[in-house]
Amino acid sequence: MPMASATRDYRELRLEHMSRSFGSVNALRDVTLDVRRGEFIALLGPSGCGKSTALNCLAGLLTLTGGSIWLDETRIDRLKPEERGFGMVFQNYALFPHMSARKNVAFGLTMQGRDRAESERKVDEALAIVRLGEQAEKLPGQLSGGQQQRVAIARAIVIEPPLVLMDEPLSNLDAKLRLEMRAEIRRIHEVIGSTTIYVTHDQEEALSLADRIVVMRDGEVRQVGTPEQLYASPAHADVADFMGYRNIVRTRAQGNGNSFRVLIGGASIGGTPIGAGAEGPAVAAIRPDDLVPAADGPIAVTVESAQYHGSEFYCSGRAADGTDLYFQSEPRVAKGDSVRLSVDPGRVLVYPDADQ
Amino acid sequence: MTGGERLPLRQWLALRGLDGVTLLVLPAALFIVLLFVYPFLYGFVLSFQPKAGDFIANYTKFFSDPFLYDTIGATMRLALPATLINVLLSIPVALRVRRMRRRRLLTTLLVVPITLGTVLIAEGLLNYLGPRGWLNHVLLLFGLTDGPVRLVHNYTGVMLSLILSGFPFTFLLTLSYITGIDPSLEQAAATLGAKPRSRFRHILLPLLAQGLAINFCLSFVQTFSVFPSAVLLGAPAGATRVISIAAYQAAYEQYDYSMASAIAMIMGFVQLLVVTLVLAGRSLVYRGAAGAGKG
Repeated sequence: MPMASATRDYRELRLEHMSRSFGSVNALRDVTLDVRRGEFIALLGPSGCGKSTALNCLAGLLTLTGGSIWLDETRIDRLKPEERGFGMVFQNYALFPHMSARKNVAFGLTMQGRDRAESERKVDEALAIVRLGEQAEKLPGQLSGGQQQRVAIARAIVIEPPLVLMDEPLSNLDAKLRLEMRAEIRRIHEVIGSTTIYVTHDQEEALSLADRIVVMRDGEVRQVGTPEQLYASPAHADVADFMGYRNIVRTRAQGNGNSFRVLIGGASIGGTPIGAGAEGPAVAAIRPDDLVPAADGPIAVTVESAQYHGSEFYCSGRAADGTDLYFQSEPRVAKGDSVRLSVDPGRVLVYPDADQ
Repeated sequence: MTGGERLPLRQWLALRGLDGVTLLVLPAALFIVLLFVYPFLYGFVLSFQPKAGDFIANYTKFFSDPFLYDTIGATMRLALPATLINVLLSIPVALRVRRMRRRRLLTTLLVVPITLGTVLIAEGLLNYLGPRGWLNHVLLLFGLTDGPVRLVHNYTGVMLSLILSGFPFTFLLTLSYITGIDPSLEQAAATLGAKPRSRFRHILLPLLAQGLAINFCLSFVQTFSVFPSAVLLGAPAGATRVISIAAYQAAYEQYDYSMASAIAMIMGFVQLLVVTLVLAGRSLVYRGAAGAGKG
């Protein structure tokens, strides 16, 4: 296939103002992103945010209604999926049910017209990479979910695609297998050095797998950054919400600079302004693990519920002004207890509230 | 559960899928016994009680009289190609309709011939394709033919009618089989470099083969018992003297119910033979689910 070989050696994948609408609904708006070859990118967002649409546009399964996609200087958004030669792992694996695992993996090579010996060797390699040797002659229906997943990955990587696309590949697996396969996916990525775009709604998955995370919402990119950047300083309140800042409190900001403060649960506490940092309506975001009980803590809450999670309790409490706050406590607390909470001002992220 | 303990009868039955609800099957079973099994056995026995001669006299007569045994060939010559054409034609149409936005409207339109019934279709075809029909009028008007083209009261007429009346059924079955195939399978094949033709050959067709075989059998059995169109649109004494006409004549023109039963038995046997052959060929193709594994 001339196309696949022409695009295999490239330096970067560029999405320029990529848009897709369905009728009057804009599923994808003006997505612009540069991906270096070999990068692992996670598209993260809640369902309906456009991340799967973006992936299908990249695969060529959906046409763009605006913008373009480039591999270096080659424009590829008008190519059919079979001309792009990208490997895709589908959410339901989409294994061909009438072919053995081996034939599934060999399918792409057969379509490229590779000779038999070469094809056999590459299939064996791919099956070895995903650690699926003995099961190769079985039909997909005879394989477990995790094994089907491995076949799907082997099938996508065996054609040595310039880009591997994964659409929530772990969402159909149980919790234990999901952790195992997550590690496997990262390992396989490192073994074959492929460029990978990985769609997920699970922030933990994105944080642990990706080199860079693209947080999407309502069809738009809200923030692009390394896991550390996103975790420590989300640029928007909704990104914070998605990165595990469970306490999103609508409040007011006062003062500026060192005396910048916000009202949380009736108490005025120090905070870190993100963006404008002006006085007025604001949204404060705090992670539950940053909000901890302390004898002299400024925020007083009554415990509403406490769940035991091994090393600590995941708790929710209500402040005097009715604000619900999630926090974590190492000492045992129980419903109805009065607790005082304290938080490092550096971990109280304050965003200007556009909606108030 | 301890080994020696015995379950109450009710629980024992329930474990084997028998409970109060199972009784609801009874009316339908009774219905089948009364309207199918009994008449079939009655006809079977009757066919061995000929008006004259030994007990297989009807069968000997059928297979020694070309006027009678040729009806099998005449029926086959109609039923096999008509069924094959319908099944093959239904695939591209169903593939196209599957992707349409107004699928329901189109499906309804395509299915209308079922509701019309064979007689109305026959009448329409007679008016349209007959010697004095519109088609011949037009052809003659533009001087495209010297005389009227003979399209009815022969093999062609019956074939056209069988295709028209049989297609909706075949199409609906094919459509349901095709829509049962997970679209992500074709998408996966596309991302792996398969062009539309390869996707059809390597993915759709193997997954569809099983359904097409069953579709063929059901359509064939329907077509094989062709009667009204063979009489109305065909040459009931000649090329389209199908086996059901022979049975009809034995029963209602010669009042030989025993012979008619024998012909019906032969007809049933031929159908069974074809269906068995097709279903046996099915063992060569994939027969599992057309889904994409655990989804």
